[in-house]
Amino acid sequence: MHRSRRAVATGESALMRRLLIGVALAFLGLFLFSPLVVVFAQAFQKGFTAYFESFQEPAALAAIRLTLFTAAVAVPLNLLFGVSAAWLIAKFDFIGKSLLMTLIDLPFSVSPVVSGLIYVLVFGMQGWLGPFLAAHDIKIIFAVPAIVLTTMFVTFPFVARELIPLMQAQGSEEEEAAVTLGAGGWQTFFRVTLPNVKWGLLYGVILCNARAMGEFGAVSVVSGHIRELTNTLPLHVEILYNEYQYVAAFAAASLLALLALVTLAAKSFIEWRAGREASLRVSAEEGSLT
Amino acid sequence: MSIEVRHVTKTFGNFRALDNVSLEVPTGELVALLGPSGSGKTTLLRVIAGLEFPEQGEIFFHGQDATDSSARERHVGFVFQHYALFRHMTVFENVAFGLRVRPRALRPSERSIRKKVGDLLKLVQLDFLADHLPSQLSGGQRQRIALARALAVEPQILLLDEPFGALDARVRQELRRWLRRLHDEIHVTSVFVTHDQEEALEVADRVVVMNEGHVEQFGTPDQVYNHPATPFVYHFLGNVNLFHSRVHAGRVHIGEIEIEAPEHLGTQDAPALAYVRPHDIELDRVRDGAMIEAVVRDVRAVGSLVRLELDRIDGDEIIEVELTRERYVELDLREGERVFVKPRNLRVFLKDA
Repeated sequence: MHRSRRAVATGESALMRRLLIGVALAFLGLFLFSPLVVVFAQAFQKGFTAYFESFQEPAALAAIRLTLFTAAVAVPLNLLFGVSAAWLIAKFDFIGKSLLMTLIDLPFSVSPVVSGLIYVLVFGMQGWLGPFLAAHDIKIIFAVPAIVLTTMFVTFPFVARELIPLMQAQGSEEEEAAVTLGAGGWQTFFRVTLPNVKWGLLYGVILCNARAMGEFGAVSVVSGHIRELTNTLPLHVEILYNEYQYVAAFAAASLLALLALVTLAAKSFIEWRAGREASLRVSAEEGSLT
Repeated sequence: MSIEVRHVTKTFGNFRALDNVSLEVPTGELVALLGPSGSGKTTLLRVIAGLEFPEQGEIFFHGQDATDSSARERHVGFVFQHYALFRHMTVFENVAFGLRVRPRALRPSERSIRKKVGDLLKLVQLDFLADHLPSQLSGGQRQRIALARALAVEPQILLLDEPFGALDARVRQELRRWLRRLHDEIHVTSVFVTHDQEEALEVADRVVVMNEGHVEQFGTPDQVYNHPATPFVYHFLGNVNLFHSRVHAGRVHIGEIEIEAPEHLGTQDAPALAYVRPHDIELDRVRDGAMIEAVVRDVRAVGSLVRLELDRIDGDEIIEVELTRERYVELDLREGERVFVKPRNLRVFLKDA
């Protein structure tokens, strides 16, 4: 067999193939893989001890704690919201449905910095609700509540966006069947609707979580950068970097990189599981056409 | 349990799916809703089930007003066209669903659920599939599981939406007979939707013929086939020949021939349409009294009946005739030959009616 023979009719010559693959790999290496290596290399530049010591700092611990807290509040709330919005949009017809869908997409189309500014304009001292909040001694801007609120705003669409097409494709016949069999609304939801979208839901939650922990722009605007109080991990990285504390900055950054890697792994696993169930379904259908 | 539908109207936007429909289904009967797509038959079924709510009209179950009760409260078994089996549950869990979602006080014990589901799976002859997922079943098997699931809650009324629509011809035949036998066994008031006239006539005790959101005729298969109430029913059930004619004082004039039409005694010279089934046309090589002259255009000799297509000499209408094979052999007809025909049994509808 000749080495340059084309595998398929639409294939390119061997030389062209290698060239294209080479370009793609070089690109990936330069822009994706090497930064990842650099993050970890810099973090471990002064050895393991320095790496782990950087997390002993009260400021670092506080940033990690705040990031986890923000995600722990924002993700479940957006999960709740996303599921109910998707359910509403996919299974019911009502006036204002397309408006609701547009609103859900809004955080995707607005720059995160603008999202943050919106909250400053609403809750800040010079904002709409500022005087009222000040009078009642409620602190939102430059405090934890604003960080949680902006994070929720930015991660708003992830769960709903993931579920809407899935639920729409599945239709509502199974729910109708459940109702005629005597199931109530909650029973129908928990026994029929939810199990049918579980992989899509998990996928949405993981993406939502990754963004909630990694958000920089919007949070930066409302946080006020108060050390040990309103710094999330991404903000902490920036501060350390600006103070030339490279090991500590990259150590904190390595945590975020690790989060990204875990997210990717979880995402691939879910795609693999969901794909396997779907292909099982298809092959079973093909094998039983009698 | 009997079903009564009173003056029900249902619209979707500008589309009037049901237009003042009334219908009574007596207890224990198997009734077919028959009609072309868009005739409102599925909407009517869904209105009975409580899956759609009508703008006007009432639904009564056994004399009790059920118009405002939800699908959940109506205790109606519903079999969906595409089965709607719960894809993530095994066959067993699908059938058990209706029992498991009952309020705790009414829920049977795990043991009696097992027994009940086992019995139902035996009834539909699929007990060996209990641990399979719906995706591992064939279309016919899914259909029967959907039926078993609907029967598990012991409904007083069973509604089936195009129960055999998605199956191939052979499985269809088989399931049709099986459904009829099952109905004779359990005697639950049943309504099924179909667009297949053969299916409706073969399976149902009574047939509701629907068109454009209203009921054209409600009767036994014999009534709707042999005594259609409207031109639509005539067209929809079986092949039919249509003759443009005139009616005058109880007599129909088709070309040269004249036939009694006693139901139109009072009519004075009005245009009319006369309908004749292909097997109700007399055909001969020689003229016997007043007959229509025609030329054989096409012969299809497949099966026990021979179908002929004739061109009328005195007009451009085509006449379809069905002959028994014996008669066809006796006449020894060829394409292009001249023949004489006369309708034996015809139904006349005035044109403006």
